[in-house]
Amino acid sequence: MQPLRELARNFITDNFILMANITIHINGVAQNLDVEPRLLLVHLIRENLSLTGTHVGCDTSSCGACTVLMDGRSIKSCTVYAVQANGKEITTIEGLAQGAQLHPLQEGFKEEHGLQCGFCTPGMILRCVDLLERNPNPTEDEIRWGISGNLCRCTGYNNIVKAVEYAAKKMQGAEVPAAETVA
Amino acid sequence: MIPQAFNYEAPTTLAGAIALLQKYGSDAKIMSGGHSLIPMMKLRLATPEHVIDISGIKGMEYIHEEGGFLKIGALTKEVALEESPLLHSKYPLITDATKMIADPSVRNLATVGGNLAHGDAANDHPAVMLALRASIVVSGPNGDREISIDDFFLGFFTTALEADEILTEIRIPIPPAHSGGAYLKMERKVGDYATAGVAVQLSLDGGGHCTHIGIALTNVSASPMRSVRAEEALQGQILSEELIQKAATMAAQDCDPNADLRGSVAYKRSIVKTLVARAIHAAVARAGA
Repeated sequence: MQPLRELARNFITDNFILMANITIHINGVAQNLDVEPRLLLVHLIRENLSLTGTHVGCDTSSCGACTVLMDGRSIKSCTVYAVQANGKEITTIEGLAQGAQLHPLQEGFKEEHGLQCGFCTPGMILRCVDLLERNPNPTEDEIRWGISGNLCRCTGYNNIVKAVEYAAKKMQGAEVPAAETVA
Repeated sequence: MIPQAFNYEAPTTLAGAIALLQKYGSDAKIMSGGHSLIPMMKLRLATPEHVIDISGIKGMEYIHEEGGFLKIGALTKEVALEESPLLHSKYPLITDATKMIADPSVRNLATVGGNLAHGDAANDHPAVMLALRASIVVSGPNGDREISIDDFFLGFFTTALEADEILTEIRIPIPPAHSGGAYLKMERKVGDYATAGVAVQLSLDGGGHCTHIGIALTNVSASPMRSVRAEEALQGQILSEELIQKAATMAAQDCDPNADLRGSVAYKRSIVKTLVARAIHAAVARAGA
């Protein structure tokens, strides 16, 4: 029987796509999925889960448009397989606001005009969530180095730096201009 | 860019990972952060049938001194090296280099073991470990063996790792008092591979003589290289400007860069010469003798 079983297994692995079963907690919701091991995390997020706030820019881990949080740390989801996120917590831009209350970084980007076209913005914001978590009061230089793996082709970065400074102040309880809440 | 299909395994023990390597042989690739392997798989430059993800193995992320050595677990992430106070105070060469590797989000996943095991002369840790005179601990079916860093890089993307072995630890001799190091890297933009990079680690005695020096270069040769002639020119000497310039010239002569988008051969040699001299000065300043 052994050779037959082996033959059967080889036939399956040679002729059918291997699937892996994974559970990912995405924006606080557990998702159980069967995925191909070669499926990239960014494609799982965008195509399987329809969370299109995470963008594919360069597809080579250079631009940072695909940045999400994995267990609280920023990662480039175009260079991570979905299977690597098995059992992990993933946060995308859709999971940042608390109901109608924007995250201080979202508010900062709005108040300080930290975006023009918006393509880099979700990745930029999630990168900065990690940055401010580790360094709540960064200098301008630390912010610029902190976002060095996220490219923006519109703003020249100055307003992005201001947006992060705004959020850092707000998160430390300082008085900043009140922002409107989203409907 | 979609990689070729593969079978994914995620063992939770080192023994389990080695057993999988024995089973699959050279059809398998070890992956931890994946930031060297996945880009190559997306370009289909690498098409392993089996990917063995070792990131779930516990106890392989550490940085500590023990028995005369700094020991770094192979699964230690670049961000942990970057943030380590011990490395910052005693091994600034490693801190310098780590801050120049890719960008913060990549450093959240990429590991020091992967950076070395990839065997790429464009990666930054190979030159760092050559200058620090490190050794590499690898585990296989017959237990552990320790390989001198000089014997680890065999050629273009080729290391001394056997198909059933896994890089598990890096050991660096604890430097004596009055030691210093520095890593300088010329890059076109943040996250790029080096146009050229230079790692220097040295020790001085009370009289200012150089009792030890390691000089190694990034991305100017097919395989990671030490500049042995430059080291010998400075060994035992008082580091005068004239001698430093002489050693820097030797390093520029001995490297073997390719002309590419990052510059011509002559340009890269010129960068090496400048960076070697600057890195030696920075290392001497940090040695503080």
